[in-house]
Amino acid sequence: MPQDSPHREVVRFEDVSLHFGGTPALDHVSFELGAGETRIIFGAAGSGKTTLLKAALGLIKPDYGRIFLFGQEITGMTEQELFDLRARAGILFQEGGLFDSLTIEQNVAYPLLNQRVLRETIHPNGAGQQAVAERVREILHFVELDQTLERFPSEISGGMRRRVGIARALVTEPALLLYDSPTAGLDPITANTIITLILKERELRNTATILVTHRYLDGHLIANFRYNPSSGALERTSRASGGAGSVTTKFFVMKEGRLAFEGSEAELQAASDPYIRKFQRHGSS
Amino acid sequence: MLDFLKSPVETFQDFLVLSVRAVRNIFRSPHYVDDIFQQMDVIGVGSLPIVMLIGLFSGVVMTMQMARALQQYGAQGQVGQIVSIALVRELGPVLTAVLVAGRNASGIASELGSMKVTEQIDAMRALGTDPIQKLVTPRLIATAFVLPLLTIIADFIGLIGGAVIAYALLNISLTQYWTSAWMILQYNDLVQGLLKPFIFALVIALVGCFYGMRTTGGTQGVGRATTKAVVVSSVWIFFLTSMITRFFLYYS
Repeated sequence: MPQDSPHREVVRFEDVSLHFGGTPALDHVSFELGAGETRIIFGAAGSGKTTLLKAALGLIKPDYGRIFLFGQEITGMTEQELFDLRARAGILFQEGGLFDSLTIEQNVAYPLLNQRVLRETIHPNGAGQQAVAERVREILHFVELDQTLERFPSEISGGMRRRVGIARALVTEPALLLYDSPTAGLDPITANTIITLILKERELRNTATILVTHRYLDGHLIANFRYNPSSGALERTSRASGGAGSVTTKFFVMKEGRLAFEGSEAELQAASDPYIRKFQRHGSS
Repeated sequence: MLDFLKSPVETFQDFLVLSVRAVRNIFRSPHYVDDIFQQMDVIGVGSLPIVMLIGLFSGVVMTMQMARALQQYGAQGQVGQIVSIALVRELGPVLTAVLVAGRNASGIASELGSMKVTEQIDAMRALGTDPIQKLVTPRLIATAFVLPLLTIIADFIGLIGGAVIAYALLNISLTQYWTSAWMILQYNDLVQGLLKPFIFALVIALVGCFYGMRTTGGTQGVGRATTKAVVVSSVWIFFLTSMITRFFLYYS
């Protein structure tokens, strides 16, 4: 699988604007994400968070500006050209996006069997179905869902569906991971399980990540905690005022399509803007 | 000044783009053969009972009505001709297409619409599959293949229904009925009777897929897409049948 070296650009937005029927979904958005870095995006409903994630993969085309994915400009690419680039990214959709007519096993195997680049890599000459099955089992074990292979998405709980979505995003060992509200609508225990999985993945592979969330706690955990493989639990990173994660973790706050805030957790906590304060730890202004 | 035309023109333009891509994909890899057969089963085999039933009753009713009209001229024995022409040229293709539109344009729109609002279409694109290749083209091929077959079956069952009424109620011999029904048909009628369902099939599949793929607004949006797919495809069927009929009348 392709791996990017540290500090290499993974995603870059240059003055990107996008409108839906006259309403701005993205308004002159510019930012850059390097390999191994994490961006936490907060924002009210309809502020453009999901649109930003979809635009990063070329699922939505901007009206203005340029988007680069793995160093290549995707703004003018055709769908066929984008398929090969998207094979290097994994995404967890807000609604899950699991195919309800396929079993959990088939859902997770889908990218391995359908992405041209991966298909050729994983099972050349048509052989290697076994390798795909093994990889699917391995990744379902990673998200602790070994017993669900033959079940359909409608037969499992919301939290389990979210974990299957994560498994499907991770199965290709992507260089970029996009999580759209991975904890939305889940109880606190299940939400923490999801965040633990995200940290576990980061600990093992240090993948560039963009995470959209409504929960301050999600961002706080990702910026300040790491997964300890030996104990299997989360632990605070070594630097008290901002752990190892916070060196590479930045927070964005989106408002009406704009990046209203960009900075560290400490800067977010210090912000005085009433809108941004809503996303602080004690944030009801 | 012409702003009110902007939205329908844009919609039609989007429809044409989808149609061109769906047709172009017929000649491109990968081909989802399993999906084509699955759709043939859903659309063809699934619609067969209702199509046969409606075909039978349309033949029965038409024979009874036409016989009454022909009786005034003492030409009751020619009822097979009228039933045959009406079924093969118009009623068979149109009734079958309207039934399949009601059953399958709505089914396609609701299935694809549900996939759209639950982000399965986006997921498909993100995971390396062209949704038009995977979802639209197989439905287009399957409908274009099975609708003419369903129409042939509806025509035939309709003629059988007519034969039963002609024999049992009107005392017309079966030989006379079938001879007059068969002899009146010309090559032109058969071409027209098969061309129409083929074109209607394209309309039903593409309209169903089009409204499904552009569904927004959750479950309410799925309902709206389903209704639009049935209404629009039905209107197009009646519009196109009059255009095709005019074309054949003019050139024959």
